Amino acid sequence: MIEIRWHGRGGQGAVTSVEMIALAAIEVGKYAQGFPAFGPERRGAPVMAFNRVSDKPIKIRSGIYQPDVVVVLDPSLVSLVPVTDGLKPGGILIVNTSKTAEEIRKKLNYKGKLYIVDATHIAREELGVPIANTTMLGAVLKATGVLNLNAMKSPLEHRFGRVAAKNMSAMKRAFNELKSAKAA
Amino acid sequence: MAKKKTEQKKWPEKWQEVNPGCMVFAAGNAANYKTGSWKSQRPILDKQKCIKCGICYIFCPEGCIQEDEEGYFIANLDYCKGCGICPHECWPGAIVMREEEE
Amino acid sequence: MGKRIGMEVAIAAVEAVALCNIDVAAVYPITPQSHIAEHMADVIHDGRIDSEFITVESEHSAISACAGASAAGARAYTATSSQGLMLMHEILPIVSAMRLPICMANANRAVSGPLNIWNDHTDIMPQRDSGWISLFTENGQEVIDLSIMSFKIAEDPEVMLPCVVNIDGFQLTHMIEPLELPSKAEVAKFLPPRKPFASLHPDNPISMGCFAMPDTYTETVVAKEAALVNSKKVITRVFSEWAKRFGRKYSVVETYKSKGADTLMLTMGSMGETASTAVDEMRKKGAKVGLVKLRLWRPFPVEELKAAIQGCKTLIVMDRALSTGGAGGPVATDVKSILYGEKKKPRVLNVIAGLGGRDLTVNDFVAMFDMAKKKKDETFEIYGVRE
Repeated sequence: MIEIRWHGRGGQGAVTSVEMIALAAIEVGKYAQGFPAFGPERRGAPVMAFNRVSDKPIKIRSGIYQPDVVVVLDPSLVSLVPVTDGLKPGGILIVNTSKTAEEIRKKLNYKGKLYIVDATHIAREELGVPIANTTMLGAVLKATGVLNLNAMKSPLEHRFGRVAAKNMSAMKRAFNELKSAKAA
Repeated sequence: MAKKKTEQKKWPEKWQEVNPGCMVFAAGNAANYKTGSWKSQRPILDKQKCIKCGICYIFCPEGCIQEDEEGYFIANLDYCKGCGICPHECWPGAIVMREEEE
Repeated sequence: MGKRIGMEVAIAAVEAVALCNIDVAAVYPITPQSHIAEHMADVIHDGRIDSEFITVESEHSAISACAGASAAGARAYTATSSQGLMLMHEILPIVSAMRLPICMANANRAVSGPLNIWNDHTDIMPQRDSGWISLFTENGQEVIDLSIMSFKIAEDPEVMLPCVVNIDGFQLTHMIEPLELPSKAEVAKFLPPRKPFASLHPDNPISMGCFAMPDTYTETVVAKEAALVNSKKVITRVFSEWAKRFGRKYSVVETYKSKGADTLMLTMGSMGETASTAVDEMRKKGAKVGLVKLRLWRPFPVEELKAAIQGCKTLIVMDRALSTGGAGGPVATDVKSILYGEKKKPRVLNVIAGLGGRDLTVNDFVAMFDMAKKKKDETFEIYGVRE
């Protein structure tokens, strides 16, 4: 079972990201959970959302405290929120940033597996808005291999209708442009 | 489950006989309860003064004043509780309250 | 058989109820039930079902509107949580006394004060004695299945009682997970239109919601009690029918790896799933532990519970609520009372945990089993208090 924690800001679509992952996983016959950090939220405030994906039934109804993967949707959260808290040793950190891997490592004092991509830039180009939630799906898929890109097609189409194709392109670009920085 | 009952047993009944939901199926059976026994005064109508306006009928809180064949509005003493609102509202003063006789 | 889909459980609850051809929904939103209120409004507004959505001004009005609709023969539905359920409180026993088969979803949430929007069972416990059938769900599939079954149970001519389906707030309501929705045709075969025992209509005047003097009231209480206790037979029958039609089996009391267990834990609601993972881990290490899950809370399934705990030495009863100033948690208090007269009974230990949404992890349940081994006295424990 893989446990993923997403960090975003309210209104940036972190909950949509976990929804897409959960729906895609369920469609290909896996078991999955997608849920927000429970509680009141407001636009702009840091929020978290979570996924569990497994080939076996998931019988856990508690929160995720030691994720295998942490995804940071908003670059500014790196200096604001302890995004690496609880990340399992050997776990993966995926950050949306325009900075270099070294700068991220220094800011977070993080020596583990790191993947970065400038998803905001890709989103601006492909979608015309700096909302990177669907773009980052590509990064997560590439870094973890939890699902194939094709698995995302149906949930994205169902959710985004006419603009699904643009979201698919943004996702594919992040998939291809993801940079990995080996553990220091 | 019990079949729908259309007659109302006199209460109290055995618990098995209580209608489901305590529903009452005898429509209008509140009429069996003669609240007229509560009154200590009764309204008396002076037909000479009565102008058959029906104001007493409108104001009666019990709804027990009824129009008779001649058009006079008479309180049904089975239900009249003697509240005294009808003489209070009667413009020509055609109604007076009299003590209930023993 | 439905298609396996991913859906948020609150949305799925509404989709399940929509398959049941309800006539009236009167719902007032409250966190964490709000997605149910919103989606029900959408479904009716979009004309997907032929129903009325009454935008009431409070939960008291919601249940009152349902009562009026149900008395007139409609299939009525509402949903609420916590303070909303508390606001409905004065109407709940009236609805059950009137034998109106209203169905309700309750998104279990802590009761104020202090104000807390997260999951526990303190909202449903004060409604214990209200005469409603009360069912608990563990996962999204159970929410769908029990929501549909609740109409069949409630409207059965031998029952005619309102029914509440408890759904852990946030833990379940806001969870996207794999689900199967039955088709409209399948539900239509399972659940025929409502045939009220009696309903208000000018053509056939009757009175509902009447008055009872001291010399009649006791008999009405006994009649209502008999109806609630006997409803368990119907509930079991409806569960069997569901198993035949849809392949998913439910019981009023369910067990998980309880065979040969010397310590059993009793849970209600979604924490049972996490507890079952703890049982798996402990069993792997050789511990003789198991789980008993109470699906039916009211009427309390006395015989089935006694049968489920046969042979165990210790029964840990998990409560997600505290009866303040009383003998501990409501579930444990009931269990102890039921076992009082038994010659052979296990040691019953009450653990109260998960209050106000405090998370219960697999490790927490393992710790509770360990604590039960070491506990010397019979007082109730509130798990994880910082002191």
